[in-house]
Amino acid sequence: MSKNAHSARSDQTQKGQQEQILKVENLRKTFGGITAVADVSFHVEKGSITGLIGPNGAGKSTTFDLITGVQRPDGGEVEFNDTEITGYRSDQVANQGLVRTFQIARELSEMTVLENLLLAPQNQAGEAVWRAVLPRARTKVVEQEKELREQAWEMLELFEIEHVAHESAGNLSGGQRKLLEMARVLMTDPEMVLLDEPLAGVNPTLEEKLIDRLHTLKERGYTFLFVEHDMDVIMNNCDTVIVMHQGSVLTEGQPEAVKNNDRVLDAYLGEEVKI
Amino acid sequence: MAARDYYSRGQNLLYNRPVLVIFAVIGVFLVFDILRQLGTGTIVVTDLMSYLWNGLVLGMSLGLAGVGLSMTYSILNFANFAHGDLITSGAFAGWATAFLIAGLGEFSVEALVLIGGPIAVGSNELGINVVNTPLALLAGLLVAAALTAVLSLLLDRIVFKPMRSADGVTLMIASVGVALFLRNFLTFSFLTDSRGLTGGNVPQFTIADVTFGGHQITLVVVAALLMLGTHILLQYTKIGMAMRAMAANKDLAKVTGIPTERVVKLTWIIGGGLTGCAGFLIALQQGTLTVTMGWDLLLLVFAAVILGGVGSIYGAMVGGVILGIASRLALVWIPASFLLVAAFVIMIVMLLVRPSGLFSGRTTA
Amino acid sequence: MSTGSIQARAEGWLGNNDVRLLVALALAIGGLYALFSVVLGFQLNGTVNTLRRVAFLSAIYAMLALALNLQWGYAGLFNLGAAGFMAIGVYTMGILAAPVTASPPGFGLPLPVAIVAAILVTGVVGGLAALPAIRLRADYLAIVTVAFSEIVRLTLRAPEFANTRIAGVAFGTGGATGLSLPSNPIRILFYTDPAATAPAPNALGAAMFSAVEPLGIEQTLVIGWAYVVVLCLCLGLLYWLMIRIGKSPFGRVLKSIREDQQVTQALGKDTRLFKIKTFALGCALMGLIAILWRLSGGYASPRMFKPIQTFYIFIALFIGGTGSPTGSIVGGALFASLLFEGPSFVRRVVAEYLQLSNAPDTLVGALAELGTLDVTPLLAYSVQDVSISALRLMLLGTVLVYLMQRHPDGLLGHRKAIASSVDLAQQATREDDNE
Repeated sequence: MSKNAHSARSDQTQKGQQEQILKVENLRKTFGGITAVADVSFHVEKGSITGLIGPNGAGKSTTFDLITGVQRPDGGEVEFNDTEITGYRSDQVANQGLVRTFQIARELSEMTVLENLLLAPQNQAGEAVWRAVLPRARTKVVEQEKELREQAWEMLELFEIEHVAHESAGNLSGGQRKLLEMARVLMTDPEMVLLDEPLAGVNPTLEEKLIDRLHTLKERGYTFLFVEHDMDVIMNNCDTVIVMHQGSVLTEGQPEAVKNNDRVLDAYLGEEVKI
Repeated sequence: MAARDYYSRGQNLLYNRPVLVIFAVIGVFLVFDILRQLGTGTIVVTDLMSYLWNGLVLGMSLGLAGVGLSMTYSILNFANFAHGDLITSGAFAGWATAFLIAGLGEFSVEALVLIGGPIAVGSNELGINVVNTPLALLAGLLVAAALTAVLSLLLDRIVFKPMRSADGVTLMIASVGVALFLRNFLTFSFLTDSRGLTGGNVPQFTIADVTFGGHQITLVVVAALLMLGTHILLQYTKIGMAMRAMAANKDLAKVTGIPTERVVKLTWIIGGGLTGCAGFLIALQQGTLTVTMGWDLLLLVFAAVILGGVGSIYGAMVGGVILGIASRLALVWIPASFLLVAAFVIMIVMLLVRPSGLFSGRTTA
Repeated sequence: MSTGSIQARAEGWLGNNDVRLLVALALAIGGLYALFSVVLGFQLNGTVNTLRRVAFLSAIYAMLALALNLQWGYAGLFNLGAAGFMAIGVYTMGILAAPVTASPPGFGLPLPVAIVAAILVTGVVGGLAALPAIRLRADYLAIVTVAFSEIVRLTLRAPEFANTRIAGVAFGTGGATGLSLPSNPIRILFYTDPAATAPAPNALGAAMFSAVEPLGIEQTLVIGWAYVVVLCLCLGLLYWLMIRIGKSPFGRVLKSIREDQQVTQALGKDTRLFKIKTFALGCALMGLIAILWRLSGGYASPRMFKPIQTFYIFIALFIGGTGSPTGSIVGGALFASLLFEGPSFVRRVVAEYLQLSNAPDTLVGALAELGTLDVTPLLAYSVQDVSISALRLMLLGTVLVYLMQRHPDGLLGHRKAIASSVDLAQQATREDDNE
């Protein structure tokens, strides 16, 4: 992991340069006749923790899917690090340094925790089949595997799950799976991570641990955008909060400002809200 | 305004489904080529008409044979590779019955039950055809349906029921095993001789130089009636609704109190019955029977079902007819040894372009 | 950590389990067929030939199962068209290597060139076939691939291409009658001029032939065994290759694609590319193995590439267990020796020891005698060529159903070998940094 690069990034943010890493403009998606995402625009600042909230069915997960290429948008633009990535396949998006977790943790259950982590890093030499096989070329593969193993163990330590390193991922508890999923996306050495309800089904102790890690990683220069239902978590930890409602962005701002916005309250109480 | 609308829709189609557009263009080109060849006299109208008629006969065979496959595919969620050999089993059961009834007293029971084969029974002396021995044929049809239904139930009980929760691929591989067993059980019992079935003067009609065989007409009419009956059964009876519900969503059907195991049984009974009838009628129309008849047809039947859309009865019928006619029409351009190749290519293209089939989304209707 | 310790560990792993298992299996099968030979009163030549045939088929099916395992066991690609790709390999080789003067004529290329070209062609065709097909669900992929293999077979069988001329180049598939292939290349080890009708042995040949002649062993058998030895070397190489792939980062991606394609893609892996590569590589290997299979017979015909050929390989794979190279070899050997060759030997033993009268013409006749509690007519009926082959296939069908019901991952189960080129447990702490 290029730690120097990350600390450089965090220096930048500390200097207060307001660089926008992710720009979403007028994103739109309909399924049949149903509009899941009507018109979504927002920006995410580099090095921030940004919360994405909204009542059920507001289109948060679909927005994630559209940004990360799991689904193709019907209209609109997504820009990441000044590169337009609209309509990219999800592997192309990930290779730009933008990765995501899934709402329901999707560990690769037949693989061990360590295998899960080793899978993630991008552009591994041994992913070319000839290098994996030919003796001379394979030395390079083995070298890289050793490095990755090193990183994987560091990641396990960071999330305090070293004790299950050799366990099949399918045998982990729900909370451990969430940790594993976080650790796995970080192994891709991303710049920005989209977290889809990372705290759902996680016990309070573990939740605290996860949030703590989030801040540690933020210090290292990572950017986070995460969907969460627990308002306290959002309000206490986010730099910016984006509120979605009925497929559109209702409002966007500092946690305090959002908290005191009447329309947000109405949206959560199920009232008609004019956007 | 409207023109612009069409233009933008066309542009959309070209952008989203380029393969579909390419194949549509090829299709239109081929139709024009037929018209051109008719104009230049390279092919004559009579040839074209007989391609169409023979295509329709093949299509109805495939359609009727496909209904059962389509039903089990949509309700039990697996591609049943044993279906072809169920067709053959039905044909053997039905024809043994027909031979017994038509030839009892004249030939030994052993020879009749084995439908000739190792012990020669002159099919001309028996003279089975739709005019001479309609009762023997009717009995054969009924026995073919009944025995195939029972066989399907038995196979479900022994093979598929214990693995109800298995995934589609596992069930499909098991069905390959069933197919091997069934076909070779028939081989063991009847040996590999090809059997002549019909005899006497089979009536036929010739209209404008196109020959319509009596047994071809029988197949088309009976198949159409059977499919109409099945449609009514599924559309208007309680059990039919239960079947459709289960095909649409198995878990939901279960929690809403539909007796899923009973529905599965009925699926095998109805599907098996129709499959047996198909086997009997196809053998009647061909006039010969071998132990590999159904297996050789299986991929074509799959093609018909996939073309029409898995789970749809009309789909199986329409898919069968389109495939039958298309593969016969292909004779305009390609030699006869590539007939099957043409049919398989159509199926592969269909799976690639529109895997849900022509009648997608209409399960078991 | 030195590479030496990795090697030592690899050897330890092999020595402990899998190789021991494979050796035990080979001895058991060899013992069984030696016993058959004794029971049937074979001469030494016959016994050695029986063993050769079983070893040959075991090696071929083990290799085919390994190639199929790469596609299905590793990546979850259900290729029911293996026979078609085998046919493409054999026929490409055959047509390229056939002399220009032969009937049907070929391109007259040297055999090694023809083999390499055939492998490449099979791989490319496999890759092209996979290009659109890998998007499909497993069951549709199965139907598409089996249809593809039938298209290949029907095209090879078609009289139009039996002996044809396209763009001025004359060549042919031989149609339904089949295609003559170059003679067994292993003969070059033993003869000075292997192409001659009555070739003279070279030094090695003379030494070998005269050594075994007093034992009553024929020259062709020496050649046959030499071929089997080469096959076993190929098998060993392929086995090693599969283990390497399975433990590589490439294999790791395949493993995760098999489990959850969407997650794999979300982690930045171009899953389509991995699947296409795997499919192409597997098909190329099938082409090569089919060439090894047919070169010993010197002849290929479309009949050899029916879908049943694919089913044979799947049965072998499922017996051994998907996802495990060792399992594939075990499955291939068990399939070839017990299910494929076994029934005909049982039949010969039955025919040898029970004085069977003439077989009844029909099953009805055979069953009629059962009333008098006489089973010999039924036995006599059952050991005829047609019926024994049908019984064998009924047995195969039953085995397949049994496996799917009880052991869908095979007898050895879906083994979970760790996919990494280095031992992950080894470096549990960071102290190794100082090494």
